[in-house]
Amino acid sequence: MRFSFTEDQLLLQTTVRDFLEGECPVERLRALWQTETGRSPELWSQLAEVGLLGLLTPEAQGGMGMNEIDLVLLLEETGRAALAEPVISSAAVGVPLLRELEENALGERWLPRVAAGEAVLAVGNGINPFLSDAHVADLLLLPHGDEIHALAPTAVTLERQASNDPSRRIFSVEWAPSSDTRVCGGEEGRTLLAAALDRGALACAAQALGVTQQLIDMAVKYATQRKQFGVPIGSFQAIKHMLADLKVKLEYARPVVYRAAHSVACEARCRATDVSMAKAAAGEAALMAARVALQVHGAIGYTWEQDLHVWMRRVWSLELAWGSGAWHRARVADAVLDGLTPAESFGYSALAA
Amino acid sequence: MDLRFTPEQDAFRKEARAWLEAHVPAEPLPSLDTRQGCERHRAWEHELNRAGWAMVPWPVEYGGRGADLLQWLIFEEEYYRAGAPGRVNQNGIFLLGPTIMEYGTAEQKTRYLPKIASSEEVWAQGWSEPNAGSDMAAIQATAVVDGDHYVINGQKTWASRGAYADWLFGMFRTDPDSERHRGLSFILVPLDAEGVSVRPIEQLDGEAGFAEVFLDNVRVPLENRLGEAGKGWEVAMATAGFERGLMLRSPARFQNTARKLVELYRETVARGAVDPVLRERVVRCWMDAEAYTLNTYQTVSRLLEGGKIGSEASLNKIFWSELDLEMHETALRLLGARAELLPEAPAAKGVGGWLDGYLFALAGPIYAGTNEIQRNVIAERILKLPRK
Ligand SMILES: Cc1cc2nc3c(=O)[nH]c(=O)nc-3n(C[C@H](O)[C@H](O)[C@H](O)COP(=O)(O)OP(=O)(O)OC[C@H]3O[C@@H](n4cnc5c(N)ncnc54)[C@H](O)[C@@H]3O)c2cc1C
Repeated sequence: MRFSFTEDQLLLQTTVRDFLEGECPVERLRALWQTETGRSPELWSQLAEVGLLGLLTPEAQGGMGMNEIDLVLLLEETGRAALAEPVISSAAVGVPLLRELEENALGERWLPRVAAGEAVLAVGNGINPFLSDAHVADLLLLPHGDEIHALAPTAVTLERQASNDPSRRIFSVEWAPSSDTRVCGGEEGRTLLAAALDRGALACAAQALGVTQQLIDMAVKYATQRKQFGVPIGSFQAIKHMLADLKVKLEYARPVVYRAAHSVACEARCRATDVSMAKAAAGEAALMAARVALQVHGAIGYTWEQDLHVWMRRVWSLELAWGSGAWHRARVADAVLDGLTPAESFGYSALAA
Repeated sequence: MDLRFTPEQDAFRKEARAWLEAHVPAEPLPSLDTRQGCERHRAWEHELNRAGWAMVPWPVEYGGRGADLLQWLIFEEEYYRAGAPGRVNQNGIFLLGPTIMEYGTAEQKTRYLPKIASSEEVWAQGWSEPNAGSDMAAIQATAVVDGDHYVINGQKTWASRGAYADWLFGMFRTDPDSERHRGLSFILVPLDAEGVSVRPIEQLDGEAGFAEVFLDNVRVPLENRLGEAGKGWEVAMATAGFERGLMLRSPARFQNTARKLVELYRETVARGAVDPVLRERVVRCWMDAEAYTLNTYQTVSRLLEGGKIGSEASLNKIFWSELDLEMHETALRLLGARAELLPEAPAAKGVGGWLDGYLFALAGPIYAGTNEIQRNVIAERILKLPRK
């Protein structure tokens, strides 16, 4: 039993943070809003060089052969930077999905290219009707009942849906399943789709932690600088207590997300419940952060020009991706209250199981 | 990161579970805030101590088991699982004990710790005074050196367990010219000393859960001071850190309440329809109890790797006290019309201790430093917002 990260894991986190601070400043995000794809191939290959895109890829296929415990802190950093590139669908969900296929020809073909940043994966799920980053994907992995289908982008019709988050690119996808596109189904399909959903939700939760941290940092900085009545507004107790409550929310979501990463990496019995708790808790902290940070900023935070809304909008879109907080909380309720899926009290159940 | 228990930890859990199953009283003991209940709880503590379970993380020579903090968490989980009695000497075992371990002299350790572990001496905490509540630095009670003794005068109030305790630890002004948190010392006072009078105060539930303590020229030896003279504040902050940060409210307590809440929810569903809003509240409580547990395991891992508990203890205090209140409030809503029934009411069968628990939970955001004060601490010390 050891609930902490290794020095190597923390070091990698710092590396990714420094990289993103240098290469992905908010001006660059805003510039990308204006482009057709909203994505930067240059940034993408830099992310591959840092090792982020192949972190979960086996070493034999050019990756780092690591797991979600290594990944979770890095995803947190991508959230803090409001990075818009499709790290979640490609690196956190797509790679392990391909890796775990029983018949591995598809994986052999794609995994090395994805790790090298030469190909992008888009992965759908059964909850959210829209597929993100389908426009830059080289391979789409789509659910159809308990089957998984793999399609080239040319084999589908995409209709862009404008999103409130200008960094987001989401699409309705028209496509037809066939025996040619079918990758797997039945028990294997169900298992892999369930794992994909949990990985996507975990990744969103990790990003939500980073976004929350960033919003707290921005609000604290502003509250220290902005003066009214001759003093910094951060000296007012109403401001202090709002931010203190937010800090509590964040620090009690954090270990829930880290535990979920562990549950995914170790294929724990209660993985689904653990992940849902993480998605719900981190999402709720982030939603609170968006409101509190705006309130602390006053009118300036309500402008398009101020950068605050870059993170606020990310909060709102992350909340919807890979199952909303309400969806995940309901899944926890089904497990804990109705026993539909496994749930256990941490520690207490160690022997009972 | 490895969140699985080792075979040794499992073996420890089994041992604790087996002992508790064989020894925990079948019937709940009378309230520890009554004379008789206090004695029954003390007897239970003796039994725990004889078997070496009273304070598992303490060194063996002081009546402990030499276990690490992870084993302590495991023990607590088993303790609550077994429905074992409340800890009458929690001020001693969880707060003063660790403080003596850190600040006490060798003599003080040998003198006090074993009797804390055995609850031969039950302790009360004396910080609050009529004019020093949240503003603890406003303490007025004085301790003046006279030869090799302190002469103590003043009044302490709201001292939990004060009505039946044997000793009181607290802060006194040893430098009469000092102001605020300078010039205070941490002193241990026997409650049977001449000049001490204790007046029990009935709490919201009608029991004498705390007391006023009047000190009139009470003489205690200088060696009853813990830590340096004038450095009482520092020592007290360490005690408060243990209190808020870890020991006072182990996660098992809240997980246990959350499990009972889930049971109550299921029973209520079996009786008829339940408002979906309550279903959501129940699951949120369960999730928060787990979050508190995970956070604690993270803290303990950090401590085992050489870290310390600092201001983040304030985050815990807010979280557990609000969670506890929310769990009990949710339970009362689930009970519907039966929520107001006292245990002796003929229709009260099956309503459990929720009402009593609720009354106690209401004090959580007040004692151990109010939650408003904790928010100030988080804002100023953790987030570094300006004081003025
Ligand atoms: C059940 C129970 C057990 C207790 N046990 C003990 C014990 O064993 N030993 C002991 O010494 N004490 C004990 N106490 C006392 C407890 O520590 C005090 O009640 C607490 O410190 C608050 O002090 P007060 O009651 O004087 O309230 P006050 O300090 O008068 O506060 C009243 C209200 O004002 C708010 N307030 C005060 N200052 C500020 C500020 N700066 N910013 C914002 N809000 C502020 C408070 O948060 C509170 O809401 C116990 C209390 C209870 C309820």
